[in-house]
Amino acid sequence: MSARPALAELAVGDVVGTRTIELDRAALVRYAGASGDLNPIHWDERFAAAVGLPGVIAHGMLTMGSVVGVVADWAGDPGAVVSYQTRFTKPVPVPPEGTAAVEVSAAVGAVDAEAGTVRVDLTVTHDGVKVLGRAQAVVRL
Amino acid sequence: MANADFAGREYPETTPYGVGREKLREFAVAVGATHPAHHDLVAARGVGYPDLVAPPTFAVVVAQRAESQYVQDPEAGIDFSRVVHADEKFVHHRPIVAGDELVTVLHVDSVTERAGIAMVTTRCEVAAVTAGDGREPVATVTSSLVIRGEDAR
Repeated sequence: MSARPALAELAVGDVVGTRTIELDRAALVRYAGASGDLNPIHWDERFAAAVGLPGVIAHGMLTMGSVVGVVADWAGDPGAVVSYQTRFTKPVPVPPEGTAAVEVSAAVGAVDAEAGTVRVDLTVTHDGVKVLGRAQAVVRL
Repeated sequence: MANADFAGREYPETTPYGVGREKLREFAVAVGATHPAHHDLVAARGVGYPDLVAPPTFAVVVAQRAESQYVQDPEAGIDFSRVVHADEKFVHHRPIVAGDELVTVLHVDSVTERAGIAMVTTRCEVAAVTAGDGREPVATVTSSLVIRGEDAR
C-alpha cells in the first residue's frame, strides 16, 4: 500500500489485482445501514420473491463499492480514483446461510501519459457469470 | 409508468450533509475498504488529506438522499418494487473527507420508455460548502434506473 505504481511501467493488459469477496446476509444488512439503502429486496426473502427475484440479492452498490478496493489498494491512495462507473448486468443472490462469492480481476485498460491517469477495467463474476458490465475506474498516478 | 414531464427537472439544493469520521469508517467497513486512510487519521494525513478520506463510492450516500426527492414523489410514477438499478457513475472533482458539508443539486436528465420498460437517469452535482458559503464541486453522480412495466419481467 505504500509504494505507488509508476505510470511509465504500466502496459495495457497488466493485471493489477485479483480478489474474492464473500458476501453473506449480514454484509447486506451492514451495507443497508451504512448506506441508507433500505430496499427490502436486499434483506426480505418474501419481498424479493414477490417481485420476481430469485431471493435476496446484494445491493449493486455493495458489489460496486467492494470490488473497487482492489484498485484503491493497488493505487496506494483511495482518493486517486477520479472516476468509477459500471453497469449492473446480473444480480448476486445471497443465500440465508453461507456466502455468495464475487470474483474480481482488475487489469490496465488504457494508459493516458499526458493526463497522468490509468483506466483499470474490472471483471467481476459470480458463479462464472459477469455481474458488472463495463466496470472501469480511472486512477490518477 | 414514469412521468415524462419530470425530464429536465432541477431540484433546489439539499440541506448540508455533514460527513462524519465514524460514518466514513462505518461505510468503509461495509464495503470492505481496509486502506488505513479511511480509518486512521495519522495515515490519512500521511497520504495528504486533512482528515479521513471517503471510499470511492461513498458519494452514493449523499446522492441517494437527493434522488429520493424524485423517486419517492408519487407524481413521478416510479414503482420501486419494479425498479432495477441499471448503472452508476462517479466523477470525483476532489476526494470527500470527514468534515465536509455537502450539498447536492439533483437533475433528472432523462425519462424514456420503450416496450413497456421505462428508464430514468438522474445526475447529482455534489458540492462542499466553503468558509465563505461558496460551493466547491466535489462529485458528479449519475444513476440510471430501469422500471419494468406491469407485463414485463
